[in-house]
Amino acid sequence: MSASLVSRRGSRWLPEIFVALLLVVLPFGFVTALSSVDLLSRILVWGLFGIGFDLLFGYSGLLSFGQAAFFGTGGFVTAYLLTSHIIANVWLGMLAGVAAAMLFSVVVGYLALRRVGLYFAMITLAFAQLSYFVENSPLAHWTGGENGLPGIPPPGIDIGPLRLSFDEGWRIYVLIATLFFFGYMLARFIVRSPVGAVLTGIRQNADRTAALGHSVSGYKLSVFVLAAGYAGLAGVLLGIFQSYMPPGAFSVDTSGQLVFQTVIGGVGTLLGPTVGAAVWLFLRDELQQIPGVGSLWMFILGAIFVVLVTLLRKGLYGTLAAWWRSRPAVPAPAPAPQPEPRVRAAIRPHPGSAHPAPPANAGAAATPALEARAINKHFGGIRAVSGVSLTVPAGEIHAVIGPNGAGKTTFLRLLSGEMAPSGGQILLRGHDITGHSVTAVNRAGIAKSYQINQLFNDLTGRQNLRIAALGRHRGTLRFDVFRSADSIPAVEESIAGLIDELGLAACADLPVATLPYGEKRRIELGLALATLPSVLLLDEPLAGLSPGERQDVIRLIRRLAEGRTIVLVEHDMDAVFALAARIMVMHQGRPLAEGTPAEVRRDAAVRRAYLGGVKAHAHA
Amino acid sequence: MPPMALLLSQAFSGFAFGTLLALMSSGLTIIFGTLGFVNFAHGAMFMLGAYAAFVVLTWSHSYIAALAAGAAVLLIVSVVLERGLLRFFYARPPEDQLLVTFGLSVMLIEGIRYFFGSDSQRVSQPNWGDGIVNFGGLFYYPLYRVEVIGIAAAFLLALYLLLYHTSVGLMVRAGIEDRLMVGLLGIDVRKMFLLVFAVGAMAAGIAGVIFAPLSAVIPDMGTPFLIQAFVVVVIGGLGSFGGAIVGGILVGELLSLTTAFNPDYSQVSIYLAMTLVLVLRPRGLFGAVGRI
Repeated sequence: MSASLVSRRGSRWLPEIFVALLLVVLPFGFVTALSSVDLLSRILVWGLFGIGFDLLFGYSGLLSFGQAAFFGTGGFVTAYLLTSHIIANVWLGMLAGVAAAMLFSVVVGYLALRRVGLYFAMITLAFAQLSYFVENSPLAHWTGGENGLPGIPPPGIDIGPLRLSFDEGWRIYVLIATLFFFGYMLARFIVRSPVGAVLTGIRQNADRTAALGHSVSGYKLSVFVLAAGYAGLAGVLLGIFQSYMPPGAFSVDTSGQLVFQTVIGGVGTLLGPTVGAAVWLFLRDELQQIPGVGSLWMFILGAIFVVLVTLLRKGLYGTLAAWWRSRPAVPAPAPAPQPEPRVRAAIRPHPGSAHPAPPANAGAAATPALEARAINKHFGGIRAVSGVSLTVPAGEIHAVIGPNGAGKTTFLRLLSGEMAPSGGQILLRGHDITGHSVTAVNRAGIAKSYQINQLFNDLTGRQNLRIAALGRHRGTLRFDVFRSADSIPAVEESIAGLIDELGLAACADLPVATLPYGEKRRIELGLALATLPSVLLLDEPLAGLSPGERQDVIRLIRRLAEGRTIVLVEHDMDAVFALAARIMVMHQGRPLAEGTPAEVRRDAAVRRAYLGGVKAHAHA
Repeated sequence: MPPMALLLSQAFSGFAFGTLLALMSSGLTIIFGTLGFVNFAHGAMFMLGAYAAFVVLTWSHSYIAALAAGAAVLLIVSVVLERGLLRFFYARPPEDQLLVTFGLSVMLIEGIRYFFGSDSQRVSQPNWGDGIVNFGGLFYYPLYRVEVIGIAAAFLLALYLLLYHTSVGLMVRAGIEDRLMVGLLGIDVRKMFLLVFAVGAMAAGIAGVIFAPLSAVIPDMGTPFLIQAFVVVVIGGLGSFGGAIVGGILVGELLSLTTAFNPDYSQVSIYLAMTLVLVLRPRGLFGAVGRI
C-alpha cells in the first residue's frame, strides 16, 4: 500500500502534463479528420463547464440541475456589456460576465442550499427556469429575448510586435485550451487540498463533517459559487466562440446536457465531463449523418446514459481511470519511513484550545469543565429529556446510565450541539454554549463518538482521521487550495499518533467500508479524538465489541481521561463502574439518581427502576 | 388595474390550469412520499398521456376511450419501468434515482419524437366541450375549460378516496410516514411500491389527456409542466397530498392572474413565490418536519 503511495507521489504532476500534451496534440488530429478545430473548441467549452460541475456534484455530492442559470448569466452579461459598448475592453467584459455569474450564484446558493438531496436538485432547476424566463421576457430589451445577442467581439492581445485576435479556428482554440488548462489545474489543486478533503467528507457524511468542526454550509456555498464561476466562464467562451449568445443557454436542456455529459464521462474525475462532451458532440454530429438513425441520436444517448447510470456508475472515463489505478503497483525501492509515534501529543487536548484547562491549584472553586443546568428537550408532547442537570469537574469520567429510551442519547446530542435544548443552559468551562451549532461546539472543545458509526465509508482510515484533524488545525472555513491535504506536518503527526494509539497501523490505508466492526469502532473514536477535544462524549463506545476488544477500549478510555473530561453513556455496567468517578441514572427522560458508583449502587430507587442485575455484581 | 371581468376570467383560467397541475403534482408527491424518489420522467409521462389522447381522438371521437388509453399506456409503461429497472434503484442514493428517471424521460421524449416528429399536433376537443359559457354577462368562457375543472377534480377525488378511504390507501399513507415500519408489519412493500408508482404515473397521464385539447401536443410539452409541478411540491411540501392540491391551484392562479397585469412576469411570479416559501417556510406549506 505504501509502495503505491510512494510511486504515486512521484507522478503527482502526471495528469497535468498529460492534459497539456493532449491539448497541444489533439487539434492536429481534428484538423486532419474534420478540417477544423471547432469541434474540439466546443468540447473544451463544455468540458470547462463540466469541471466546475464535477467539483459540485462529483466531489461535494450536490446535484444541481440549474447550472444553465450561471452559464447563461456569464454569457449574456459579457455579450450585453460588449455589444452595447458599455465596456470596450473585451477581457474586462469577460471578467464581468464571470463575476456576475458568481454573484448570482451566491443568491441562488443561499436559498437552494437550505435543502439537500432531491429538493436541492429541484430548486436549482426552478431557479434556472426563473432566470430563463427573466432573460426571455422582462429583460428582453437588453438580452434580445428569443433572438439572443449577436456580434460579440473576440478578445485579443496587442503588446508591441505581438498582435493577435482570438477570433476563430486555431486562434480561439488557443484561448479556450489555455483557459481550460488553467481551470483544470485549479480544480486539481482544490481536489488535492484540505478543501477537497472536506468537500469529499461533505459528500459522504455531511452531518459528521459538521460535527468535526467544519462549516459545511460555508464550504457548500463556496463550491457552489466556484462551480458557477466555471459555468460563467464557459458561457462567456461560448458567446465569444460563436460571436453570438443564444437564449437557449439558459434553458433546461443546457443543464440537462451538462448532467448527461458528466455522468457519461464519469463523476468525480474532473476530466470525465470533457470525455462526456466529446461523446455527446461526436455522436450528435456523426449519428445525424446516418439516414434512418439520425433523428434517434438523442434517444441513443439517453439509452447510453441509462445503461451507464444503472451498470457503470463511474462513467466511461471514471471506469478507465479506476482500472488504471488498480493495476498492480510497481514496488517502490523502500517503504516510506513511519513517523515516530507521538502518542502523548496525539491524544492530549489541544494546547491552544479556546478554553485551556484551569490551573491545577484552582482548588474546589474551579469552574466545572462541563455543566448542564436543568435542560429539557421536547418533541411535540414527548419529553425526551426533562430537567436534567449535570456538573462534570475537569479531568473526571462521568457516566450516564439508564434503561433503553431513558433519553441518554438525546441528552448527549444536546451536549454536543446536534440539537438545541427546549430549555435550560449548557456551560463549557463557564462559557454559555446553549444553542450553539454542532460545529461551534466542536470548535469550543467538545467532541462526540457516536453510538452508530458515522464514518466516511469510501475513504481510508487515515483519510477519515485527516478530515477530523484538519478542522482543529485550520479552522471552520479556509481556502488553502494551494497546499496538499497531507502536507500539514502537525496534522500528519497527530494522525500517525492516533493510528498508533488505536492500533490501526495495519489497516489505516484501506477503505473503512472493508474493515471489520472493531476497527471501524476504533476509527469512530479516533474521529472524535482527532479534533483534540477537552471534553469527550462517548455514546456506547463498547457496543458490539468482543470481550477482548472491550478490555482494550476500557484501557484506552482510562488513558484518554488523563487531562480530559469524559461523559460516558454505556450499557456495560462492569465498564461503567470500573471507569466512572460519578454516575447519573436517567429514567424516562428524568434524572433518577446521581452520585459515586457506591452511592448509586446503594440507591433504592435505582435498584427498583433499573439496576436489578448489578445487585448480584455488587455482592460478588 | 385591469378590468374586473378580465380578472375574473383569468382567475377562472388559473383555477382550471391549477386543478390540472394539482393532479400532475399529486402523482409526483405520492411517488416521492412512498418510494422516496422524485420521478424526473413525470413530465414525459404527462406527454405520453397527451399523445395517447391525440392517437385515440384522431381515430374515434370518444373522450372516454382517450382517458382509458392514457391510463392504460401509463399503466403499462410504469409497470415495465418499475419492475424492469427502477426497483433496482430503491437501495441506491437518491441522486441515482433522479439521474435514471431523467435518462428515461429523455428516452421517452425522443422515442415519441421518432414516431410522431417534432411538429405540434392538434387534438380536437370533444363535441360536448364545444361552446361558450356565459358567466352572468361578466365574462365568457370556453365550455371545455369549465369541464376540465370538473374532470380533473373528479380524478383528484378518486385519488383522495383511494388514499384516505381504502385499506390500500391506509397502507400507502403509513408507508409515507414510516416506510421501514410498514415493511416490518408484514405488508408487501414491493407490491405497494409498484401500485403507487403506477397510480402516480397514471395521474400524470390523465392530466396529459385532459390537457391535450387545450394546447399543442409536442414531444417536449411535459418539461415545463414538470418544472411547474416541482414548484408546486416545493411550495406545498413534498410528500403531502393536500400540499399538491393547494400548491397546484396557487401556482395556476399566480400564472394566470399575473398575466392579466403583465404577461412578462407570469412565469417569473411562480418562482418568486417559491423563493418566498423557501425563505419563510423551507419545508413547504404542508410539509412535515424531518421528511427530507
